Amino acid sequence: MKIFLNLSYRYKIPLWGSLLIIISVLIASATFIGNTYHQVEKDLAIDSEKLGYSLKSSLYNALLQDDIWRAFEIVTEASQRGSSSMVLVENILIIDNNQRVIVSTQPRQTPMFSELKQLGADFSEITHHVTQWNSEQAQTIYLPDSKHYYSITPISRDHTSLGTLIIVHSKDVFLPLFAKNARNGLLVGAIILMILLPFNWYWGQRMAFPLVQLAARMAQLGKKWPDDLDPNLYEYHDELGLLYEAYNQLLNDLKTKESLEMQIVKSDRLAALGQLAAGIAHEINNPLSGMLMSIDTLKYHTDTSPLTQKTISLIERGLMQIKDTVAALLVEATTKSRNLAPLDIEDVLKLITPMSGKKNLHITWHASLTDEVPLPSTFIRQILINLLMNAIKAAAVQGEVSCDIDIQDAKLIISVSNDGNMLNPEQISHLFEPFCTFSEGGHGLGLWVTYQIVTQLGGTISVKKEPHEHMNFTVKIPLPAV
Amino acid sequence: MKTLTHLILACTLLFSAVIAQAESFKLGITSATARGQYALLEEWRDYLQIKLDHPVEFVFRDSYLELLDLMKQKKLDFAWVSSPAYLENEQKMSLLVTPVYKGHPFDHAYLIVPATDQRTQSLFNLKNKVFAYVDPDSSTGYLDPKHQLKLAGKNPERFFKKAFFTRDEQKIVAAVAIGLADAGSMSGFAWDTLALSRPDITAQTRVVSKSAAYGFPPVIVRNTLSQTDSRKMQRVLLDMKNDVDGLKLLQRLNIEGFILADKKLYEGVQRMMIHMGDL
Repeated sequence: MKIFLNLSYRYKIPLWGSLLIIISVLIASATFIGNTYHQVEKDLAIDSEKLGYSLKSSLYNALLQDDIWRAFEIVTEASQRGSSSMVLVENILIIDNNQRVIVSTQPRQTPMFSELKQLGADFSEITHHVTQWNSEQAQTIYLPDSKHYYSITPISRDHTSLGTLIIVHSKDVFLPLFAKNARNGLLVGAIILMILLPFNWYWGQRMAFPLVQLAARMAQLGKKWPDDLDPNLYEYHDELGLLYEAYNQLLNDLKTKESLEMQIVKSDRLAALGQLAAGIAHEINNPLSGMLMSIDTLKYHTDTSPLTQKTISLIERGLMQIKDTVAALLVEATTKSRNLAPLDIEDVLKLITPMSGKKNLHITWHASLTDEVPLPSTFIRQILINLLMNAIKAAAVQGEVSCDIDIQDAKLIISVSNDGNMLNPEQISHLFEPFCTFSEGGHGLGLWVTYQIVTQLGGTISVKKEPHEHMNFTVKIPLPAV
Repeated sequence: MKTLTHLILACTLLFSAVIAQAESFKLGITSATARGQYALLEEWRDYLQIKLDHPVEFVFRDSYLELLDLMKQKKLDFAWVSSPAYLENEQKMSLLVTPVYKGHPFDHAYLIVPATDQRTQSLFNLKNKVFAYVDPDSSTGYLDPKHQLKLAGKNPERFFKKAFFTRDEQKIVAAVAIGLADAGSMSGFAWDTLALSRPDITAQTRVVSKSAAYGFPPVIVRNTLSQTDSRKMQRVLLDMKNDVDGLKLLQRLNIEGFILADKKLYEGVQRMMIHMGDL
C-alpha cells in the first residue's frame, strides 16, 4: 500500500481515477445484470402466460366435450410451437379439479389420472399453488431449487373451472438468455471503460504534470536555480494556479535576495578595496612627495655627471608614474566644484564625438537638463566621459551608442548603452574592481574611478543587459537636499 | 351476326360450366380413411374426373356421422364409410363397391399396445387402462373391442378407466406410441399401410391381437342419386385395376382394386351391431 501511496501523482491520479471508473462500471454492470435477471424472469413468465391464455379457450371446449385427443393435440402443437420460441416448453399438463392429470404431452412421465402431488417434489409444490390459486389469471412459479419453472392457467369460463393448464418450462433457456442480455450489458460497460480509461489517463496526466513540474523545481531549490516554468503550463486560478503564483513569487524573492546579497558582498569588497587603495595611496603619497621634492632639488645641482642626471630623470619619471597611478586609485570626490550645468553635458558630447568617428558610430544623445544641477560638475563630467569612452570602445563598427541624462525622483539618472560584446555574469561581477579590463589598451581604472565617484556621491551604478543585445550602464545620483 | 353467334356461344359455355359445377359428383371421405394422403386423393379425384368426364368433388369430414348427415341432405352423392355407418342407414343408401386388400374385401381390427408393453396378451388385460378408439361408427376401431368385452360379460363402458376417440387411424398409433393411451383398436389395413410408409412409428407399437375378418369399409351411394350416375361411378371404380393410371393409384392407396359390394360381406358387423343393440 505504501508503495502505491508513494507513487508519483502522474500515476496515482490516473490510477485512482481508473480504479473509481472500473468500480463504478462494475457496480453499474452488476446492477444492470441484476435487472436483466429479473427482466428475463419477467419476460419468460409473460411469454409462458401468453401461451397459457392462447390455449385456454380451445382447451375449455375440448374438455367440455371430453375430447381428450383434441386437448392432447392442442397442447402437443403448442409445446412444439413453444419450443421454437424463446420459452422452452418441456411438458404441458392438464389437470382436473381434483389435481389429477387428464392430458400430458409427456404421458410416460406424467401419465393420465396420476395424482399431481405424487409426481415429484416440484409438482407437489405446484399442487399447493394450484389449490391456493383462486383467480382466473395465469401465474408463473419459480421454484428455487428446481430445474424448471411453471406457469399455471385455470381452464375456466364464467367462473366455471374445468381444470388447470400447467406449462413446464426448462430453466435451460434462462441461462443463455440471461447470458445474452448480460453480455450486452458487459459490452456496454467495456465500451464505457474503453472511452473513459484513456480519457481519464490523459486527464490524470494532464492534472499531475504541472504538479510534477512544480515539485521537480522545488526539489532543485537550494541546489541550483531551477529552469523557468512555462507560463502556459497552467493558466487557471484554482489552488494549483495559486501554488504556481506562490512558487514564482518565492523564486523571485529568493533571486532578489541573492542578488542583494551579492551586491552587498560586492559593495563591501569594493569598499574594502577602496579603503585599502586609499590607505596605500596615502602611505605612498607621503614618502613619494618627499622623494619627488628631493629629486627636484637634486636635479638642480650642476655638479652631477650626465649619467647621474640621466638616472635622476629616470627615477623622476618612475616616481611620477607612481604618483599618477596612486592619484588615480585615490579618488577623492570631496573636492569643491561648481554645479553641473547643461553646457557641461554639451562639452562632453563635443569631446567624445571625434573619438567615435573612426568606428562611424551612431550616437543617440538625449539630455533633458534645463537648469543647473547641484552636483559637482567635474565628477559628473568624469563619470560621463568614462562611461561614454567605454561604450564607444565596446561598440561594434557602425554600431550604436546612446546616452540619456535625466532627473527623476530627485536623482540624476545617466544611462549609457552600446551594442558591443555582451559581458558575461562573471565579468560583470568584477567590473568595478581596479585593474579589471576587458579591452586592449585599457588600464582598468576607468570604471573603478567611476564607481568610487558614484559611491562617494551616495549614488549607485548598475549594469544590465537590455533587449536587442545592448549593454546598459545606469548611474543614479541623489541630488543634495536643498 | 358473327358477334351475336359468339355471344350466344359464350353464354352457352358459361351456362354449361355453371351446370357442370352444380352437378359435380361429391364423394365424402373421413379423415380416418384419408389418413393424411390428401395429395394422393387429389390425384385420384382428377383421375375420376377424366374417366367419368364429369366434375368430381371430394368432401372431407372428421366423422362418419357428419358424412351421413350430408348424404341425407343430398349434399353428398357417394361416401367411403365404415360398415356400421352404412348399416345404420341402409334404407337410404346403397352399397356401390368394396375395396380388395390382400386378395380379400376384408379388414381386421388390430389391438395395439406400446412396444414397451410386453405383458398385455389380450384385451382383457387392459382393465382400468386408458383406451383409444377411432370413431364411434368404426367396426375395427370401436365396435369390435366393445363387442368382445360384452361377449366376455364385461361392461364396455366401465371396463376402461378412460376411453377417447382420435378420429384418425394413424393417430391411434401415435396415441399408443407416446403412451397417452395404454392401448387402442384400429383397422389392420391402416396399421399395415402405415407400417409400409412409416415403419419407425408402427415399430413403437405392438399388435396384440387381430380380430376376425370384417367387410372392408365400402363406398356407398345415396338412393336418391340417378341410377345412371351411380352406375357410371361404379364402372369407373371397378375398372381402375384395368387401367395403368388407375392401377398406380390403387397401389398407392395400398388396395388391389374395387369389386361389387355384397351385403353378405357386412353380415358379421351387422350381427355384432345387433348384439350390441346398435341396430
